[in-house]
Amino acid sequence: MMASAADERSLWVLFRGQLRRDLKLAFGQPSELANPLAFFVVVITLFPLGVSPEPGVLAGMAPGVLWIAALLATLLGLEALFRRDRDDGTLEQMVLRAQPLYLPVVARMLAHWTVTGLPLTLLAPLLGGMLNLAPEARLPLMLGLALGTPVLVLLGGVGAALTVGLRAGGVLLALLVLPLFVPVLILGVSAAELASSGLPPSGPLLWLAAGASFAITTVPFAIAAALRIGVEVG
Amino acid sequence: MKYIPDGLRRLWHRMGSPRWFFETTGSWVPWLGGAAALLIAVGTVWGLAFAPPDYLQGDSFRIIYIHVPAAYLAQAGYILMAVCGVILLVWRMKLADMVMTAVAPIGAAFTFLALATGSIWGKPTWGTYWIWDARITSVLILLFLYLGIIGLRRAIERPEAAGRACAILAIVGVINIPIIKYSVDWWMTLHQPATFSITAAPAMPPIMWVPLLLNVLGFNLLFAVAVIQGTRTEVLVRERRTRWVNDLCLRETA
Repeated sequence: MMASAADERSLWVLFRGQLRRDLKLAFGQPSELANPLAFFVVVITLFPLGVSPEPGVLAGMAPGVLWIAALLATLLGLEALFRRDRDDGTLEQMVLRAQPLYLPVVARMLAHWTVTGLPLTLLAPLLGGMLNLAPEARLPLMLGLALGTPVLVLLGGVGAALTVGLRAGGVLLALLVLPLFVPVLILGVSAAELASSGLPPSGPLLWLAAGASFAITTVPFAIAAALRIGVEVG
Repeated sequence: MKYIPDGLRRLWHRMGSPRWFFETTGSWVPWLGGAAALLIAVGTVWGLAFAPPDYLQGDSFRIIYIHVPAAYLAQAGYILMAVCGVILLVWRMKLADMVMTAVAPIGAAFTFLALATGSIWGKPTWGTYWIWDARITSVLILLFLYLGIIGLRRAIERPEAAGRACAILAIVGVINIPIIKYSVDWWMTLHQPATFSITAAPAMPPIMWVPLLLNVLGFNLLFAVAVIQGTRTEVLVRERRTRWVNDLCLRETA
């Protein structure tokens, strides 16, 4: 069946409406917005204390530490991703709508990334400086996070959707999604490491870009399918 | 569906019935199990006692007679789960879900066996039980993926929902397995490890590879028997409220 102009318009309205609602809700809760960021900073503070404050040691492990902290901060935000919508019944309405679930899911994930992945990305060079990360590695680190955190949020979204109805979902969610985060971690860290040893970081960054394009186009389908199951589970 | 032979189509439809599976496979199990035991016994005794020691690794190479089949089935098991997941989501075939349920712990056990034998082999060969080698690391991640599926299955109470949730996770996981594998390989080349590969080992003589072939076949059959038995148990558990299972129980206990 051909999609008429009105259908397309209604899908766009749906997408924009969902995005606006989710952003409004997120910014209406400043503490929820700030907590993953504070967590990110605190975890990074622990490394100089726990491993070594030696500038050389810090510089060597800075990309890995920043990326693992970003991974954990993303994970922390995931549990609440669909929880509130499920508790107040919004999620059921979303699933029951006649329009495909794909676009609202993309909007939801975009809103979530705007309040988690994006601030992490912007904060990373500052924390990188505190960890004595080489100045030429800061931009590749940021680019890597900008391309990698959407993938993390999307893959995490699958886990969050599958566990949305479960009472003890948190630890299970970590077990489900952390192994899937491995490629992003490796590529992101190696971009920053290549740059800090004076080599061009474009290889891993291009791979991350490819991964992000693939994840953005395909993973929302998996999230939509998982949400349909997640709604039933509770 | 037009081009598919009639017999195959009938088989496909029959597989929709867990009862048919249960009744058909009952007589297979002793045969498959016996063949598996025979092949593994011959292959293992041959490999451990009669194959000559490796010119480079001495006797420690003999663990490949267990390690290689286990490692290969560990990966095949995950792919099997994902295939069952697709069948479950597309055709809603209950049997696919039951097979998936049965495969998860068996695949995890084979993955663990592959890791354990690899690490035991690593001690005399590399001088350490554990090393962050690319292949070991990706098999460890495979074990985590299995544990995730098992955990998700346990956490969701309704079996139908659990099955579909696990199907999605298995499909997402199976797409990720090659990506994880290549990224981990790449991570190794970046980190420049000491090279531990068995350098330029010559092609094995038949006296060394025939027992390996026997064990690979035997382990395949063992895996099949374990999955069939697991699926049969799962059929009985899921269908416990149906009349045919009740009749079966009455007949067995009478």
